[in-house]
Amino acid sequence: MLFEVHVEVRLRAGIADPQGATIERSLPALGFEGVSGVRVGKSIRFLVESADEASARAEVDVMCTRFLTNPVIEDSVVDIAVASVGAAV
Amino acid sequence: MAPRVGVVVFPGTNCEFDVIEAVNALGGTGVTLWHGDRALGDIDAVVVPGGFAHGDYLRPGAIARFSPIMAAVADFAASGGPVVGICNGFQVLTEAGLLPGALQKNRGLKFLCRMTELDVVATETALTTGVASGTRLRIPINHFEGNYTCSAETLAALIAEDRIVFRYVDNPNGSMNDIAGICNEQRNVVGLMPHPERASSALLGSTDGALLLRSLLSVAGRANRERLAVGA
Repeated sequence: MLFEVHVEVRLRAGIADPQGATIERSLPALGFEGVSGVRVGKSIRFLVESADEASARAEVDVMCTRFLTNPVIEDSVVDIAVASVGAAV
Repeated sequence: MAPRVGVVVFPGTNCEFDVIEAVNALGGTGVTLWHGDRALGDIDAVVVPGGFAHGDYLRPGAIARFSPIMAAVADFAASGGPVVGICNGFQVLTEAGLLPGALQKNRGLKFLCRMTELDVVATETALTTGVASGTRLRIPINHFEGNYTCSAETLAALIAEDRIVFRYVDNPNGSMNDIAGICNEQRNVVGLMPHPERASSALLGSTDGALLLRSLLSVAGRANRERLAVGA
């Protein structure tokens, strides 16, 4: 089966985020007051062929740990769904 | 025989010839090591130099750590061989798990290219053997992601085990505990953000980096004599 995968890579809680801090400081200058907690991450999308959703998820979890994130400073949130018709690339 | 220093070249590395020039000027023999090779050859020390290995795609060092040469570098380090990562090379060594922690974007999001002052903290490492603790060095930095970070437990271990090798006098990038360089438990693997090879000649404005490279060559020279003794 083909699955659509979305991996959101986030800085772990407590890890300083220089990009988020810079964006947060910039927003009031543009008139957006009251914004806090800005965190910048990465969004990675791909398709994966796998027997079922559980095995797809297991494989993506290993990808995240070994490659897509640096576990020292990052964690990830993974969304997996059966690929819609025409999703194949 | 002059100690042989292998300098790893990934696609995007750009400081390899600076390192080789500095090593050769100090009496060593610098040679390049291609990232796609699986063996180091006759080498007494390894330097992973600065640059943008594999374009720094995903994260600096994230792809370089899977290059075939890195398994050989890890074996060499495990056998006690001196390994130094400079700038991007430091990032590669942390991604490869040869050094703890990670290097984040600089506080303030500025690419920093300037002279910095460092204090030598830990001695008896691959880069600071024979250099007194407290020695102040002028060595330039050139990076966007030099902001060292690690867990509280790792930081406590680095301090307790005297593994912070260099601290910035005036922290330029937000680095935790003013850390500019660290070493592994065995003290043979050292990573630092400043570029000793760019401070190895009076023409470059400082010769303080030569102190560190001389330390590397003396440690490598010991390894060289042991290697030749085993071979003989």
